[in-house]
Amino acid sequence: MIALDQVSKRFPDGTLALDEITLEVPRGSVFGIIGRSGAGKSTLLRLINGLERPSAGRVQVDGTALETARELEVRALRRRVGMIFQSFGLLANRTVAGNVALPLELAGMSRPERAARVAALLDRVGLGDKADSYPARLSGGQRQRVGIARALATRPDILLCDEATSALDPETTRAVLDLLGALNRELGLTIVLITHEMSVVRAVCDRVAVLDRGRVVESGPVDTVFGGEAGHAATLALVGTGA
Amino acid sequence: MSGWFGNVVWSDIAIATRDTLVMLGASLALTVALGIPLGVLLFLTDRGQLAARPWLNRTAGVIVNILRSVPFVILLIVMIPLTLALVGTSLGVAGAIPPLVVGAAPFYARLVEQALRDVPRATIEAAQAMGASRWQIVTRALLLEALPGLVSGATVTAVALVSFTAMAGVVGAGGLGDLAIRYGYQRFQTDVMLVTVALMVVLVQLIQFAGDRIARRLDHR
Repeated sequence: MIALDQVSKRFPDGTLALDEITLEVPRGSVFGIIGRSGAGKSTLLRLINGLERPSAGRVQVDGTALETARELEVRALRRRVGMIFQSFGLLANRTVAGNVALPLELAGMSRPERAARVAALLDRVGLGDKADSYPARLSGGQRQRVGIARALATRPDILLCDEATSALDPETTRAVLDLLGALNRELGLTIVLITHEMSVVRAVCDRVAVLDRGRVVESGPVDTVFGGEAGHAATLALVGTGA
Repeated sequence: MSGWFGNVVWSDIAIATRDTLVMLGASLALTVALGIPLGVLLFLTDRGQLAARPWLNRTAGVIVNILRSVPFVILLIVMIPLTLALVGTSLGVAGAIPPLVVGAAPFYARLVEQALRDVPRATIEAAQAMGASRWQIVTRALLLEALPGLVSGATVTAVALVSFTAMAGVVGAGGLGDLAIRYGYQRFQTDVMLVTVALMVVLVQLIQFAGDRIARRLDHR
């Protein structure tokens, strides 16, 4: 489904953000990428939908080779890959329904079809009664639910979560993670999430990769990586400080 | 000459008010029509933005800065040949519009650029992540999110244009500024001066009031 092979990313200013990353995300899994800030998590996640292009190596996502794909192919792929953000990224001047409808408008769906799909999505994330509200009137948890509904609007196979719960309190985090877990099971959605919180990985992920200074230092099933005695120093540091 | 406003010919005032409003409306419409694309260009071509073109950005920036640094009275005069070519006359309401637009559009473009900068990065990234093209990002996300700022900027620009129209009166554009100069100043008719200035004060107040209201209505942040 998602395969990174020897992927490096060097920014124009010379910093090496990712150093020969090799990863495979199986279809239908919830894959966590954990690391401290500056470890390269964000860059890694953005390689998967082509918001960043690799400097070296190969990125295969759902049959598209992103290291060579042209702009149009990348945009077509992005409609099959949803994304949610720490700061939600909602349009403040569009209503909740308007936000969820936006990716459908971009895809050229007709108005009645859009209305039906938006209503169903908002019901699914528990915001059926907020369709006409503006995002500023919602709580953080509600805003992220709108983000999730919007990311799922085009019925993607993959959902990317960029520190999606980092701005939320523990209780709301729990509810959003439960929703993501349920969507994974119901829709067979493949989820890749990046986080600096151990508790997030433990709550929903079945596989995890530990990223440290641009390198994957450990990866595998969550129980194996976090359960074993001997581990990489970066993993131990996360276990030690994490929840 | 009788009464307090003995020199005031009200029909002249009415014509001058109409001329000022026509100059203001037409030049504001054209300023917005030119300023928004120019502002979008300045924003998008900057470093780290969606269509980064440093060379184009710097060129556009320098042109905008040059136009903004020429005093409007000078612009009125140096533009006469261009104005003649564009509208066939450098006099009257029509003759005033090209210099008004050239004077105001670069100013408004900078305000547009600033309003676009205020749109959160995550909003743009979210639109990109949905598979939006650059054109779609601009038209469906950026301009909508910046709309309150675009309206506030147009309000500030409209107020500046009111004083520009008065200056255009110096070179025979007509309007309230023209009356104020020819009668109020050159013929010492203080009453005419008072009436024209009072009308411009009212005009500015109305513009600001309406602009603030519209911007607030459009802002859901």
